[in-house]
Amino acid sequence: MTATVTASVTPVPADGMLLPVPDDDGAPFWAYAAKGELRVQACRDCGARRFPPRPCCPRCRSFEDEWQRVSGRGRVWSYVVAHPPLLPSYAALAPYDVAVVELVEDPAIRLVGNLVAAPDAPLGSVDAARLRIGAPVRAVFCTLGEGDERVTVPRWMLERP
Amino acid sequence: MKDATAIVGIGQTPFAKRLDESEKSLACRAILGALEDAGIAPSEVDGLASYTMEETDEVEVAKAIGAGDVTFFSQVGYGGGGSCATVAHLVGAIATGQATVGVAWRSRKRGSGTRPWGNAAAQLPTPAQWTRPFGLLRPADEIGMLARRYMHEYGATRDHLFNVALACRNRANQNPAAMMYERPLTREMYMTARWISEPLCLFDNCLETDGALACVLVSADRARDCRRRPVYVHAAAQGLPAQHHGMVNYWNDDPLRGPAWTAAQQLWKHADLGPADVDVAQIYDAFTVLVPLSLEGYGFCGRGEGAAFTEGGALESGGRLPLNTAGGGLSEAYVHGFNLITEGVRQLRGTSTAQVPDASTCLVTAGECVPTSALLLRS
Repeated sequence: MTATVTASVTPVPADGMLLPVPDDDGAPFWAYAAKGELRVQACRDCGARRFPPRPCCPRCRSFEDEWQRVSGRGRVWSYVVAHPPLLPSYAALAPYDVAVVELVEDPAIRLVGNLVAAPDAPLGSVDAARLRIGAPVRAVFCTLGEGDERVTVPRWMLERP
Repeated sequence: MKDATAIVGIGQTPFAKRLDESEKSLACRAILGALEDAGIAPSEVDGLASYTMEETDEVEVAKAIGAGDVTFFSQVGYGGGGSCATVAHLVGAIATGQATVGVAWRSRKRGSGTRPWGNAAAQLPTPAQWTRPFGLLRPADEIGMLARRYMHEYGATRDHLFNVALACRNRANQNPAAMMYERPLTREMYMTARWISEPLCLFDNCLETDGALACVLVSADRARDCRRRPVYVHAAAQGLPAQHHGMVNYWNDDPLRGPAWTAAQQLWKHADLGPADVDVAQIYDAFTVLVPLSLEGYGFCGRGEGAAFTEGGALESGGRLPLNTAGGGLSEAYVHGFNLITEGVRQLRGTSTAQVPDASTCLVTAGECVPTSALLLRS
C-alpha cells in the first residue's frame, strides 16, 4: 500500500544550510522521516488529517492523534525559483526551486520541499524549465548534517524527469 | 464608531535608503510633525498605537515627545498587516472614552538596517521548520509561491503585475517625497529585470527604506476645532481568517482567499458605502501581486478578476480606481504601509501630488496574505 521510498545512505554535509528545528508538535514528523517514512498527523477520533501538526483537531477538538503513513506521491501545487540576495549557503546554489507539493491522498495537505535529480543531489539540480504545476512527484529522503545535528528531510523527484 | 473619530494630523520624515538618525529619533520627528500639523500640544497625547517589531516602544516615545498621562496603548503584530489596525485601535479607544488624543506611528530602518529574513535561523521552530530548510527564506519566496498559483489558476500574466508596478511608479514620479521621484519605469525595464523569486522580479518587490510616519486622531467633535480639514474614519476592520497561516498560507482549502476577504466583510458591513463608492484606493503593495488579490478581497471585482481589473489603465490617474497615489510601497517608500494611510488623508484634504478630483472616499488597506486590517476614510 505504501510505495517504497529511497533514502540517501551517506549524510550530506549541511554546509550552512538551515536544518529543521522541530517543535513538540512537529517532532514525530521528523522522527518518521529519519526512518524513511512520510507520515502526517491525523485525528484518532474523527480521522481528519492536519498540517502543520498542532495539539488538537480543528474539526472535532480531540487531543488524540495518530501519524498516518502516506504513499509519498503528490503533485506540484506551485513553485518558485529563488535568486539572490539569499543567505550565503543558499546563494551558492541559486537559482534553485522550492515547490509546494500536494499529497495524492489529501490535496489540502501540502508540503514545502525541493525538486531534486537524486535523493542526495543539491538544490537546483533539476532544470527549472522542467517544472510545471500539476507535475506528479514522489518523495525521497536525504539526511543532512552530522552528529547531533543529523536530520532527514523529504525531497521530491519528478515521476517523469 | 462610524465617523466618530477623525485623523487631524499627519507627519513624516524624509524617505531614503539611509538616514543617519535612529528609529527612535525618526519616530519622534514624525509624531511631533503630525501634532504640529493638527495644532495639538504633545502634552495632550493620551493614546498610543504602534506595531510590534518596533524599537520605539510607548515608554520611550511618550517620554521623548513629552506626552501627558497615557491611558491607552496598544501594539499590533504581523508587520505590514497591522498598519490600519494601529489607527483602528485608536478609533476604538477614543470612541469608548479610553483616550482623547491618539497617535499612531511607524519608524523603520529597512533601507540601511538588516533584512529580517537574514536571521532566518532564529525563526526555525514554528512554522519555519516546514519551509526555511528548503530555501523558502524570504517574504518574496513565500508570496512568489502564491503568485505562481494565482497566475496558473486565473490566467494572470507578468503584464498584469507590471500594470501595478507602473501605476505606483507613475504616481511616485509626481511626488517629490518619493524615493522613485524622477525615476520612470518602462515595460522593457520590468520584463528584463533580474529575478528575485520567479515569478517575481525586482520591480514586483517593494523598496527598502529608512523613514517614519505618524498620524493623530481625535473625536469628530474635537476635530472640527483642529487646524486641518478632518478626515473621518468611516469604518475600520481587522481580519484573521479561519485556518490562516500567514504568508505561508499553503495549508487550507483555499489559499488564495486571504485575510483581505475577512477584513472586507467586516469593513463593508459597518459602512454606509460599498466598493463602487471608493474614489481612490491605497492598497498595500509589498509585492505587486498583493494588489489583484486585494482588489478581489475588497470586492472591486469578482474572484480571479483582479489581474484583468488592472488592464486599460484602471489603476492610473483618471482610471477606474486610482491606486497608491503617492507611489506606495513599491515606489514611494516601504514603511510597513503607513505611507498609504497618510496619502489617504492627503487625498481627502485635496493635497495629494496626484490629486483625484473631488475625492471624498478612500480605502486604505494593510498587508494581504498576513493577518490584516483596513480603513475606509471619508472627508
